[in-house]
Amino acid sequence: MYSFEPNEEQQMLIDAVGKYAANDLRPAAHDAEESHALPPKLINKGWELGLLQASTPEAYGGFGDRSAVTNVLAVEEMAFGDLAGALAVMNPSLFATPILLGGSEEQKQEYLTKIIEGAWAPYTGALIEYSFNFDPNELKTTAKAEGNAYVLNGEKVFVPFAKDAEALIVYANLNGVTQGFIVKKEAVGLSISAECEKLMGINALPMYRVKLENVTAERLGGASGHDFGLILASMRIASAAAALGVAKSSLDYAKNYAKERDAFGVKIAQKQAVAFMLAEMAVELESMRLLTWEAAWKLDNGKEDAATSAYLAFTGASDMVMMVTDRGVQIYGGHGYIRENPVELLMRNGRGFLMLLGLAIV
Amino acid sequence: MTIEFETPKPIVQMNAMLKTVAENMMRSTSREMDENEHAIPWDYVEFMHTAMRSMGGGGGLTVTEGKPKEGDEKRPPLGYQKLASQIEMLAWGDVGYYLITPGGGLGAAAVAAAGSPEQKERFLARFNDDKPTYAAMCMTEPGAGSDTSAIRARAVLDEKTNEWVINGEKIFVTGGDKSFNEYEKLGKGFIVVWASIDPSAGRSGMRAFVVESGTPGVKVTKLEHKLGIRASDTASISLVDARVPFENVLGKPTVEKTTTGFKGAMATFDATRPLVAASGIGVARAALEFLKEKLAENGVEIRYGLPRTKLTSIEKDVIDMEIQLRSAWLLTLKAVWMADNKKSNALESSMSKVRAGDVVTKITQKAVEIMGPLGYSREFLLEKWFRDAKITDIYEGTGQINRLVVARQILGYTGAELR
Repeated sequence: MYSFEPNEEQQMLIDAVGKYAANDLRPAAHDAEESHALPPKLINKGWELGLLQASTPEAYGGFGDRSAVTNVLAVEEMAFGDLAGALAVMNPSLFATPILLGGSEEQKQEYLTKIIEGAWAPYTGALIEYSFNFDPNELKTTAKAEGNAYVLNGEKVFVPFAKDAEALIVYANLNGVTQGFIVKKEAVGLSISAECEKLMGINALPMYRVKLENVTAERLGGASGHDFGLILASMRIASAAAALGVAKSSLDYAKNYAKERDAFGVKIAQKQAVAFMLAEMAVELESMRLLTWEAAWKLDNGKEDAATSAYLAFTGASDMVMMVTDRGVQIYGGHGYIRENPVELLMRNGRGFLMLLGLAIV
Repeated sequence: MTIEFETPKPIVQMNAMLKTVAENMMRSTSREMDENEHAIPWDYVEFMHTAMRSMGGGGGLTVTEGKPKEGDEKRPPLGYQKLASQIEMLAWGDVGYYLITPGGGLGAAAVAAAGSPEQKERFLARFNDDKPTYAAMCMTEPGAGSDTSAIRARAVLDEKTNEWVINGEKIFVTGGDKSFNEYEKLGKGFIVVWASIDPSAGRSGMRAFVVESGTPGVKVTKLEHKLGIRASDTASISLVDARVPFENVLGKPTVEKTTTGFKGAMATFDATRPLVAASGIGVARAALEFLKEKLAENGVEIRYGLPRTKLTSIEKDVIDMEIQLRSAWLLTLKAVWMADNKKSNALESSMSKVRAGDVVTKITQKAVEIMGPLGYSREFLLEKWFRDAKITDIYEGTGQINRLVVARQILGYTGAELR
């Protein structure tokens, strides 16, 4: 059957996350970006909503089975509040979800319960590399098998919370195939930049460079490894979902502003030039929302073309969010360019999606 | 409710059958019908009529619910979703042919939406008779397109004979010829004419009248020559003192200061816009599949999964086309799913039409561009699909009118607040 409405449980989750996004994340977004920091209390409050916990089976301390569709709904709502805040709250899943998807039983036992049952803690993941045509399937960071262990060499960028991380998953090229490796805080040869990355947007999320020089690490899934395609598809779907939230936020601000702002004796929303821009933003957003939902549903149901759908949703949603957030600024006119107003940050955040793959996972 | 994207079994089965029809009865003669505008592909017309009757779907392509077998679990309604899927598949074959699939079309839809039970019985039963039968909707006039409040056709009640006397000029009547003129192989059809019974009342004075084929005073004055969809006739119809029985008015014969008469027409559009979207999407899918086939023949493979910076220009285009096509189809499915589940879908219905109108023109334009001389040549159907697709963004409300509907919906504005 086709069906386009969240179930009751999902709706309750959307409502709870939506409340947190609107009442907590949104009001904090501007100051967090300007001061390059998120209040820890804010992150903890989001963690207590239990998104990751609800995606983890009881055997590992959680209370549910992972559903990409449910997570997509939650990520959109969360990102509606603030992208940096949303990514920070969900950051532990960059470590836990790949273990859930591809880890060995020992790895699941070792890490999952600890993360799920504890307070928010900085576990993270490192995928992105500093090159203009960065490709997750052709990484420059290398992994070599040496006996039972693997040795990593290379450099990763934009790794959130790396400085305090207990452990992180580093993705590396193992004989031409991308694989994840678990690297512990104390590993020899692991060095983390002292300074945070300075980016165009999402500056409230503390991100670091991570250097690996002959770092010994454990392969995700043990000797037989894991299906990186599944992890990549889950990352792409999460990015697409976050893009929906950012676009929805910009559309929401622009719509309200256009209904307030007077010009030539009417509200500017009453002018077709502006009204049509808003209509097109809404159509684009809804189109990409459905494409993302479908990709997540395919992933949940093990459909053969799930990875392709995830790629299409990610590509489409990345374009959509740029278009929508650009128009958000445009509709505000000169005021949109002023950092006091929220739409300029949304536009900076909107630009990042194509290159910030790997900062979220469903 | 839940979120699900599994194509329902009845739709999968139906599509498999329709694909055979599309390949064997439509594609095979598509070009010939395009080059001989207004010729009628009788094989297709008669086959479809027989097939639809034997399946119990009298009335042509309409919303039908399959009869549940005994012991079957109750399943959610599927009628509009099935219909949209049928239309998409037939349009994939040939959208001009789809448009002349026998049945009541928009004319019958108006009767179904605004007619009394007695009127439905009287006007709609004929579509299940032996011969294929048509009905059409006459709304547009030379001076009234999207702005339907500018309609000038007039209906006056002659109290002596208890007949309506209608005068007016209607244009762009899809299927007007087959609905009104008599053909040996066709049953007796009708046209539904929109006219005012009280011009001072504006839109609330607007009514729809069923005018039977052959009614004196009514004439098909012209068949348009078009950019595409040439198998479908687009008629001009003039009405000079045309007399129709009092009982042929749809809705109340008197004017109250409400806009219900007009809302009837608009409600019809909520139901039909996603269906128009579906028909355009079928054409665009045909073009995209053809393009990918030709590219594969020429050794061009689309490498999904690469970052944009590593894709060729053709790969980027094809990937974007796939994103556009699939998302437009999902919007359309959502709109008809809402209709099936009795959810108000004015917003989604217009959204699907905006999106489909946009993407099917872009996809077919780009496909012709990529194919170069092969795209421009009439050897292949691609250039025809480019011409056929364009109508999607025009009829049943232009892309602009539908943007206006979407904007009013999302802003919470009335027609007066956002003109």
